[in-house]
Amino acid sequence: MKFWKYLSLRLVTWALTILIGVTFVFFIPRMFPSDPVEAMIGQMQARSGQMDPAAKEALRTSLRVQFGLEGSLISQYLTFLWKGLLHFDFGPSLMSYPTPCTEIIARNLPYTVGLSMITTIFAWLIGNFIGLLAGFRKNKTSSKILEAIAIFIYPIPYFILALVLQIIFAYILGWFPLQATIQYNNGTMAFVTSLLRSSVLPALSILLLGTGWWIISMKSLSSTTSEEDFVLYARYRGLSEGRIGYQYVFRNSILTQITALAMSLGGVFNGSIMTEIIFGYPGVGTLIQGAILQSDYNMILGCITISIVAIATCTLIADLIYPFIDPRIRYS
Amino acid sequence: MKKFWKNAPLRLKLGLIITIFFLILGFVVYFIPHADPFPNNIRFKNLPPSSEHFFGTTSQGQDIFWLLIEAIHNSLTIGFIVALIGTVVGVMVGLISGFVGGALDRILMLITDTFVVIPSLPVLIMMTSLMKGSSTVLLLALVLAVFAWAWPSRQIRSMALTMKERDFIHTAWFSGEGTIQTVVTEILPFALTWSLSNFMNATLNAIASESGLAVLGLSPGNLVSLGNMIQWARNYNAIMMGRWNWILPPILATIILFVGLFMLITGYNDYMSMKRGR
Repeated sequence: MKFWKYLSLRLVTWALTILIGVTFVFFIPRMFPSDPVEAMIGQMQARSGQMDPAAKEALRTSLRVQFGLEGSLISQYLTFLWKGLLHFDFGPSLMSYPTPCTEIIARNLPYTVGLSMITTIFAWLIGNFIGLLAGFRKNKTSSKILEAIAIFIYPIPYFILALVLQIIFAYILGWFPLQATIQYNNGTMAFVTSLLRSSVLPALSILLLGTGWWIISMKSLSSTTSEEDFVLYARYRGLSEGRIGYQYVFRNSILTQITALAMSLGGVFNGSIMTEIIFGYPGVGTLIQGAILQSDYNMILGCITISIVAIATCTLIADLIYPFIDPRIRYS
Repeated sequence: MKKFWKNAPLRLKLGLIITIFFLILGFVVYFIPHADPFPNNIRFKNLPPSSEHFFGTTSQGQDIFWLLIEAIHNSLTIGFIVALIGTVVGVMVGLISGFVGGALDRILMLITDTFVVIPSLPVLIMMTSLMKGSSTVLLLALVLAVFAWAWPSRQIRSMALTMKERDFIHTAWFSGEGTIQTVVTEILPFALTWSLSNFMNATLNAIASESGLAVLGLSPGNLVSLGNMIQWARNYNAIMMGRWNWILPPILATIILFVGLFMLITGYNDYMSMKRGR
């Protein structure tokens, strides 16, 4: 029974988080003085000369409808919640009119999700393994060297590391393409090879930074755990080091890391956006960049709404898994 | 001071040296009189490093060394403004939420949690792209501060919750101190040590976000910051032309600054917990 209470409470928080986030995203552009419709009409006129006033008025109305700017603020907001949040319908994209934004996002999203998911899981596994060793045997020279490397890599911003890898491996050594060149997805080997070749450097930069962080946090967790009394007691009982490491230190430290994994997803998404832009990798990040350059507000709003929903949902899933892993939890 | 130097972990010492070095570059060297490095076409283009231009000039005829000093100055300034706003607001929200409790606590924490979970970069991208062209340094700092307060307020709240149950707080209350006085005299000293490390962390994050926005072309176009310097070099194909004296100084400066600040933060935390005897 307690579990159901915990579940329903957590679901309410999840829904409210998304609602607050999306509301924030909806009202900000409307607080700024710039009007995207007037800006677009201005651009059109600059390109093709003055328009007939009646035609201009008709264009203005139809553009306002497409941007979801028709009607009072409240009705705009409700329409946005109904269409955007519940049906993921953000209207047509202006970059590639009249394709719906959702269709383009759906085409780009798998690249971002694939890139960040795979690298995050690997970074978490590798980082926690190394971190455990470094924390459990903290007086060994190898542990100190590993930690020093992690401390040197982790604080570097995503795009700087991406840039450095690009300069070294793509420009100087020429092992990988400078910009991602992925062939049209027709299911052939050519597509798979080009995808893999273009993904190595972006994946490597996210992986290195992620691993650095997990090493640092796991090291400090496991080194405090290995000073606990129950670990000392296990030593006196004469248990093997491997068994102490796994059953006593690892199992107690890994719990915090599972929550931390859920909390880190937002940061990974940010990093993935930056990395994609540096390498021209065809994910959501590159899409957002294009949308900014061409003032495609429907697209920007769509990408952000979907990323808020996705990250809040991933956090929810991680939170729901947690009680199954930690038997001590009291669903509070 | 001598005692500090003997006891401090190596990390803290290295971090302190690097940070002070950058502070000197950004706030002392910056004020040494020099020609404005920003204007185009008043110097020779593509000069190699020399005694006149320490790092040479860009393909637009800008002095790279002084550009870098100005970038360090501006990036640090933005970082400090954002960190100051974020830390002050965060500590206030966290203390209120932790001490008042009840419905106010629940509402504040829901908003805070939302800001922790929302991916900050896309929202920052949206806000800055709306003010494209018209944004200034201060406006940019305010926008970055929107995401800088949530994490500290969460941490301070949980600190306040455990504090509330400590003996010395009970003593203070039983001896007739009011809530505000207790918070100021008993809790704030604890929060301050923590706030200092949060302040440095927030500075680091703000500089990283600003340079991220710069790479997207969303930082003010006339702002000489570390991110913009890298972005300009990329725009003018400094990598393709192999102009290492142009692209490497801002990249290396950013890496060294970030590693230095990070070592300072973790070293400081280690040192404080060591001093508390844990």
